[in-house]
Amino acid sequence: MLARADDPCTLLIAPTGGGKTLAGFLPTLADLATMPHEGLHTLYVSPLKALAADIKRNLRAPVEEIGLDIRIEGRTGDTSQTVKKRQRVDPPHILLTTPESLALLTSYEDAPRIFKGLKRVVVDEIHALAESKRGDQLFLALARLQSLRPGLKRVGLSATVDHPEDIAKLLARNPDPCEILYADPGPAPDISMLETEEAPPWLGGGAAYAIPAVLEQVKAHKTTLIFHNTRAQAEIFFHNLWLSNDESLPIGIHHGSLDRAQREKVEAAMVRGNLRAIVCTGSLDLGIDWGDVDLVIQVGAPKNVKRLVQRIGRANHRYNAPSKALLVPANRWEVVECVNALKAVQEGDLDGDPRGSGPRDVLCQHILLRAASGPFDADDLYAEMTSAGAYVDLTRDAFDTCLEFCATGGYALKAYDRWQRLQQRPDGQWQLRDPRAAARLRMNAGTIQDSDTLKVQLKRNRGGKPLGEVEEAFAATLSAGDTFLIGGQIVRYEGLRDMTVQVSRNAARKPRVAVFSGTKFSTSTQLSQRTLRYLQADSWPDLPAHTADWLQLQRSMSRLPEPGRLLVETFERDGRQNMCVYGFAGRNAQQTLGLLLTKRMEDMDLAPMGFVSSDYATLIWGLDEVVDPRPLFDLQTLKAGLDGWLAGNALMKRTFRGAATIAGLIERNTPSARKSGRQATFSSDILYDTLLKYDPDHVLMQITREEALRGLVDFSRIEALLENVQDRIDHVTAPHVTPLAAPLLLEVGKVPVQSGSAEERLIAEETEALMNESGLTKV
Amino acid sequence: MLIVSDLHLGKTERVLRRGGPAMPPYETRDTLIRLENDLQASNAATVICLGDSFDDVEAAKTLPEADRLWISRLQAGRRWVWIEGNHDPGPIDLGGAHLAELPLPPLTFRHIAQSGKSGEISGHYHPKVRVKTRLRSISRPSFLFDSDRVILPAYGTYTGGLRSDDTALAALMRPEAMAIITGQTPRQLPMPR
Repeated sequence: MLARADDPCTLLIAPTGGGKTLAGFLPTLADLATMPHEGLHTLYVSPLKALAADIKRNLRAPVEEIGLDIRIEGRTGDTSQTVKKRQRVDPPHILLTTPESLALLTSYEDAPRIFKGLKRVVVDEIHALAESKRGDQLFLALARLQSLRPGLKRVGLSATVDHPEDIAKLLARNPDPCEILYADPGPAPDISMLETEEAPPWLGGGAAYAIPAVLEQVKAHKTTLIFHNTRAQAEIFFHNLWLSNDESLPIGIHHGSLDRAQREKVEAAMVRGNLRAIVCTGSLDLGIDWGDVDLVIQVGAPKNVKRLVQRIGRANHRYNAPSKALLVPANRWEVVECVNALKAVQEGDLDGDPRGSGPRDVLCQHILLRAASGPFDADDLYAEMTSAGAYVDLTRDAFDTCLEFCATGGYALKAYDRWQRLQQRPDGQWQLRDPRAAARLRMNAGTIQDSDTLKVQLKRNRGGKPLGEVEEAFAATLSAGDTFLIGGQIVRYEGLRDMTVQVSRNAARKPRVAVFSGTKFSTSTQLSQRTLRYLQADSWPDLPAHTADWLQLQRSMSRLPEPGRLLVETFERDGRQNMCVYGFAGRNAQQTLGLLLTKRMEDMDLAPMGFVSSDYATLIWGLDEVVDPRPLFDLQTLKAGLDGWLAGNALMKRTFRGAATIAGLIERNTPSARKSGRQATFSSDILYDTLLKYDPDHVLMQITREEALRGLVDFSRIEALLENVQDRIDHVTAPHVTPLAAPLLLEVGKVPVQSGSAEERLIAEETEALMNESGLTKV
Repeated sequence: MLIVSDLHLGKTERVLRRGGPAMPPYETRDTLIRLENDLQASNAATVICLGDSFDDVEAAKTLPEADRLWISRLQAGRRWVWIEGNHDPGPIDLGGAHLAELPLPPLTFRHIAQSGKSGEISGHYHPKVRVKTRLRSISRPSFLFDSDRVILPAYGTYTGGLRSDDTALAALMRPEAMAIITGQTPRQLPMPR
């Protein structure tokens, strides 16, 4: 690293534990040791707040050892206002921050002064950022910094990835070169599936059956990390683990919905080595120094092989010993998935899809934040933005459209131009019409899409202690007396007060479950195709007997999916009619198929209500049974219905909400705003519907379409799938849910179908029942 | 007679003027189109707007000329009453009568319901009702009524809603209050609280 200290851009690929973060700081420490420096010298950016805190601890030791007089400080959403203000006046030598906090920092008028001495920037975990809008925002901010500090040197630190050159392109200022350095990847990880006496269930994501076996593993190791795919699963598992924890081993829980104080307590206990195990989700996923973690347990199928390897890579800080990991499938289908994922790991078959060019909603936010920092010249800003790797292909037209959107809204109807947000001065520079808008824009900065959440705290007469947060939609379903899990304890819902969920502790053993949004992982198409081929065997000697039997049961009760054919199952469950379509085409294609089929079903008056897709199948439910699914798959009709169908569905509206919030059309719901006028805020769906009706080609509608299509596949892929199948559609009417369909009932990411007819029928049914119950006859 | 409440015309302009985001400026057009359709369908001789017809007085003043003409056209040959709301308390430079409230015994039309009064038709709260059906919870704008009063849902395009179980509404309405949930076919149910 030291030899390349003067290169404009360097990417270091190394497994975690290889000391790569320290390597990233070497040129900085060397420079600061030889020359006194005024102000900010190096900026460190990581995707996680916790990581910044961790690096600060780790960096202090060598700095103090050498006896350097270096100030290292963090700046994240958790930093106090006082400290933040002071940092702007008197920045430390090394500032550790996140993409969001950096974007905010560049939006102040005094940005040129804050970054005056800046020489280097280190981007950690860049592989994780490269896949998201947070990365796009960061690289735009780097372009801005580079304009302020033309000599700025960039260093990226990444875990092992398939295409490092793609990441190098994002990191470097276009067209600067970026050298890629590879560290020794170390020995291959030791990953296997946890053997349990008890068989996993057909259906279920909690892996409760594996609790005794997991406890045994915890006892046999120094520190174990137990990963879950969703927060809800982590909560349930943690709860069950404690019920069986007879020896009272110190075990903690950590996830993003917990109160900050609680999370910090767990992190600190882990650093001190006081915990034997931590039940966690992705919030602990990235790069934290895990001390003496000697075992990683992944509960639930690792939906993505690359992610699995990166997770496990963290487990070991001894560079020459293999890291050890156990997979715990939560249900029988996941056993099949785990076996195939393990084979993929052995064969080094990392998955991952390339990402297109940078999205324009992030661009719009960047323009607005740029305006908040002071007047700018459009030509300069365009040149600056196209120096960011993700926006190299941005045309001037596309840029101008975004600028117009930021200035006036960019609507076909020019109604209120005197109030435009950005104005052009006589000298041609753009500036905010109302300088007070800057503060408002900063409040809405960021690209992370949180669903609205409410804080949960113990009732005031019981201490008022904050526990964490739950989604607003979940809180809305609670009635006084309901119980749910948060932070590993069962609490009773008491009521809502000042937009805070008030709870008391409760000794119930069986809670209702808190619904946190689950992260949606998508398996690569490779992994699902691998699994489909695997299912063709006559028997599966490498599967545990219970799972092999389960597949045989599927074979006898229905049939197993086959390449070149399409299996469609229909069955009733809990008053809804289900149809399961096994395309094994990957989540995106299955998602597209779900949209097309439900549209078709609506046209045929089959009252579909929603669907959910996994990598291997789509499950659709509705009020009416599909007696003969074959006509649904008619290619010509599916294609004919394609025009316009996409526009009206829930997926588009969800995508619009995200893009509109990032681009600054919708302001984030601040707690105070929600408190002051709930009836005044209205759903973003209304804005979407209005645009669709009166201005369908508006730039935000274009962005929404682009974005939605990124998550879908184009029709040609569906066409290929169905042409390959032709009329080889196997329809099975099952008496109840089948083995293969069961896991889909718990899949996250359900898409509601806002079909008028189904809702009208349900309302009619329910209101009639309510009127009868209350003894009122129909008027 | 056609009674509508909370049109919130000119909302986009007001938000912009105050330094907020530029929302699609089509809400006035959309609301007026629906109003025109309902007027044609009902052939109402009298129209009562129950207040908050404009997002604020300034928004009423700066209403584009085409929209003012449109409203005048709708008013032609009809009795038209603007009731004042908390958003539009001042007089408005448009045809029709401007009143704080309209007594029409035994009824009174006003913007905000007053506890203890009866025979009252009002708006303001944008009530909505959530029906928990066996497969999905469905929330829609709704009328609330009991033997004392009717509270109308908001008519304007850019309006949200307040759920009927909110303390403000639960306190105003009698325990036996009913709701009518809007939709293709409006349906009646006991007011959820």
